[in-house]
Amino acid sequence: MSTLEASPAESLPERPHHSVVNDFSIQIATVNGSGSQTANTVLMRSIFQMGIPVSGKNMFPSNIAGLPTWFTIRASKHGYIGRRKEIDFLVAMNPETAREDVMKLDSGAAVVYDEPLKLNELRSDLHFFPVPFDKLVAPVCPEAKLRKLVRNMIYDGVVARLLSIEMDEIRTALIKQFGKKKAKAAELNWGACQAGYEFAAQAFTQSIPFKVERMNATAGKIIIDGNAACALGCMFAGCTVVTWYPITPSSSLVETMIGYMKRFRVDPETGKATFAIVQAEDELASIGMALGAGWAGARAMTATAGPGISLMSEFIGLGYYAEIPVVVFDVERVGPSTGLPTRTAQSDLITTALLSHGDTRHPLFFPSSPEECFSMTIEAFEFAEKFQTPTFIMSDLDLGMNNWMADAFPYPEKPITRGKVLNAEDLERLGGFARYKDIDGDGVGYRTLPGTNHPAASYFTRGSGHNEKAQYTEREDDYVNNMDRLAHKFEVMRKHVPEPVERVAEGAKIGFIAFGTSDYAVNESCDQLKAEYQIEAGYLRLRAYPFTEKMLDFIRRHDRVYVVDQNRDAQLLGLMRLELAPDLIAKLRSVRYYGGLPLDARTVTDDVIKQEGK
Amino acid sequence: MSTTVPPPPKKVNRIGLEVLNYKGSKTTLCAGCGHNSISERIVECFYELGVEPWTIAKFSGIGCSSKSPAYFLGRSHGFNGVHGRMPAIATGALLANRTLLGVGVTGDGDTASIGIGQFIHMVRRNMPLIYVIENNGVYGLTKGQFSATADLGSTLKTGTVNDLPPFDCCALALRWGATFVARSFSGDKKQLQAIIKTAIAHNGLSVIDVISPCVTFNDHQGSTKSYSYMKEHESMLHELDFVPYYEDIAVEIPEGEVREVEMHDGSHLRIRKLHRDYDPTNRLAAATLLEEADARGEVLTGVLYVNTSKPTFLEQLDLVDQPIATLPESKTRPSRAVLDQVMEELR
Repeated sequence: MSTLEASPAESLPERPHHSVVNDFSIQIATVNGSGSQTANTVLMRSIFQMGIPVSGKNMFPSNIAGLPTWFTIRASKHGYIGRRKEIDFLVAMNPETAREDVMKLDSGAAVVYDEPLKLNELRSDLHFFPVPFDKLVAPVCPEAKLRKLVRNMIYDGVVARLLSIEMDEIRTALIKQFGKKKAKAAELNWGACQAGYEFAAQAFTQSIPFKVERMNATAGKIIIDGNAACALGCMFAGCTVVTWYPITPSSSLVETMIGYMKRFRVDPETGKATFAIVQAEDELASIGMALGAGWAGARAMTATAGPGISLMSEFIGLGYYAEIPVVVFDVERVGPSTGLPTRTAQSDLITTALLSHGDTRHPLFFPSSPEECFSMTIEAFEFAEKFQTPTFIMSDLDLGMNNWMADAFPYPEKPITRGKVLNAEDLERLGGFARYKDIDGDGVGYRTLPGTNHPAASYFTRGSGHNEKAQYTEREDDYVNNMDRLAHKFEVMRKHVPEPVERVAEGAKIGFIAFGTSDYAVNESCDQLKAEYQIEAGYLRLRAYPFTEKMLDFIRRHDRVYVVDQNRDAQLLGLMRLELAPDLIAKLRSVRYYGGLPLDARTVTDDVIKQEGK
Repeated sequence: MSTTVPPPPKKVNRIGLEVLNYKGSKTTLCAGCGHNSISERIVECFYELGVEPWTIAKFSGIGCSSKSPAYFLGRSHGFNGVHGRMPAIATGALLANRTLLGVGVTGDGDTASIGIGQFIHMVRRNMPLIYVIENNGVYGLTKGQFSATADLGSTLKTGTVNDLPPFDCCALALRWGATFVARSFSGDKKQLQAIIKTAIAHNGLSVIDVISPCVTFNDHQGSTKSYSYMKEHESMLHELDFVPYYEDIAVEIPEGEVREVEMHDGSHLRIRKLHRDYDPTNRLAAATLLEEADARGEVLTGVLYVNTSKPTFLEQLDLVDQPIATLPESKTRPSRAVLDQVMEELR
């Protein structure tokens, strides 16, 4: 039997005669370092350009070249952009994983594969499309050493043909991807695309049950990853000092920022930088520098992941106790220890909320989309200065590193405010100040910045015990007063953090509480529960810690509340337990996923159904 | 009939401030601690040079030495951070406000042990900061353990012998990029004054390693950081004189005896030769000298190295002249058109 032949159609299960339009997942399995990212991005972008809601998830190894990587593109006319577990269309380029990838597919899926792998021999209930990649790449890429990189573009052509993706859109996406400077490379890749398309047009005459059809659901939208969105947020928040240490998956946040800042934050009059970005020697130094800068009045930030958060612990305690504004991005990955550096999780939640020894608590912001990465970053800088405290943005690898479809970001209309800072004129008027005295009843004292040109400006900042005047003390009453004021300040924050967002379901007995990237799966799960099980579920998406009154109200209104966590130990539920009344705690149940992939709706739905005893 | 005697005019410095403006709160360190002498020198130097105290920022880590910034320059902002991490705090503050004059005080535990990484990276960056190491070879605040600058074979009060060689912080600073490196002794008022004043005038990182005996835990026989050991083993490289930029330098200089180094602000460091000819702008010679003195069991004091031409880290960053911390929104938030442009690129 020739490997070029597709699997016999009669062994395929019954499929509807019409194609599934704009509602399927494509998985591309490659070896990392083979240039597949370009091919995958082009494919995703061309579907986006045809107006279909789309998402792309990169599952890659912690390695530079040679290990398996999977890219999943989900097209959804319903606008679901979370990960979908079921794969409809596989492009199998990696000999190492091809067998397992094929065996995992549901009946009726389609497989484009490298012909010599002979995958069609594995199963008879799939649509197989063998492609002789090596034969096709040679004529379009005479330079042998480039073939490894160009080869992947062939599957873009094949997939375009099979799914009816318009080649003009592929070309547009390709040119955008390579930019004007690399026109030659773009042409080379375009040749490979066309070769794939033409081959598929001749070789494959059988129909495929999936199809892309033009829609109008992406007009005006952008494609961006969460890290880039945070970087833009920093730039428009007026951030001036960035000190960081590279770590996956946060590195691209600062790297993208460097690019934007060099373009847009160099003073046009003098040609000099209005910002400082410093790669520190480690995370201890990066947070220390950011705190030093925040103390001296800069809008300062650092970005890291779990291991960095652990290292920053001591300094964050200082920031809390000495009351210094700083914004810290935690782009979470799977722990503990080194864990799975290129997989996603929400497992730094408790650590970060209570980071450092002694009694400490920190505000956490939970963006769940690029739009919120941008807007919450701006909000976090305001918040950090308003409350003079380290403020965390809890992103994750899925949000930070994957490409997302998003609405264009609105320009920040609120002016930048700098919190309670006294200048020389204020000091002249007041005659002096007590750094840690609660004048306004909100727990926040007034500070001065070093360099303020006034004899009464100075105060001494320390991580050791201090009284209202910032003087050293070991007195019991001074210590207790100060700690009580800090606790009060945290209570005041509750009224100023971003409020949760509720998806109301009238008469729902059950509800979800989730945050961050769980949003996509939970929203889709609500729909699944309704459509498949006739269960109405309310959903409250938290956007910050400390929790607000709205969350308590939501729990009171539901009989059972499923708290969704992307970690093993139900950390969100754990934080809730620390402060909720027993009658509310009794209503909470846990839905957890911690396998390292973005959470999918089916996992949530199945778990809820099981717990509901249906 | 009585006559009222007018009070004597208060003594002020060249910007009209009394010395009180340069003092801090009362020290809580032990009587006789070398650190107190260093605090006094810092007060004198800034007072005498007429630096506005509110343009200075003080930094320290943790330990006896790091408490001392509370005891000088009370009108300057101070930051007593965490153990060994003073360089990070100072670096961040100076990034935010490049017009601050940074003074850091640390100990040998801070610099040579827990914070040696931050120390050496700050050296590598040539951060413009005065970095004083109050070096007594011992952990005072935890009651007398060896530090990493304790000499091989020196003993604790308990008789315990140190069996590891010391880090020479000057050698580290010299090798990896500091642009002003000096060693002094807390008991040498004149030399320490000249060194601190030169550091104030210097644009770049000044590392000043000051042997500062701990009277409680490391001033006994067997210590190599005691007052008596220093009296016997100190070897002064030269005599130093600091001539500030605002003073007339047209003083007759004996030919061949004195070398002058012009500092960034126009001040001059006048170096009078003692028993050897020494060029402090020669880094290699300084390294050799340190090794030789070490072999002879001498503690060399004086200015080991000065480089007035190497750019500082802040200069390399090419920042605007004003402190970036307090730039107005018009400079730190790009326009609506910029956001539109970026959004268009992402479509």
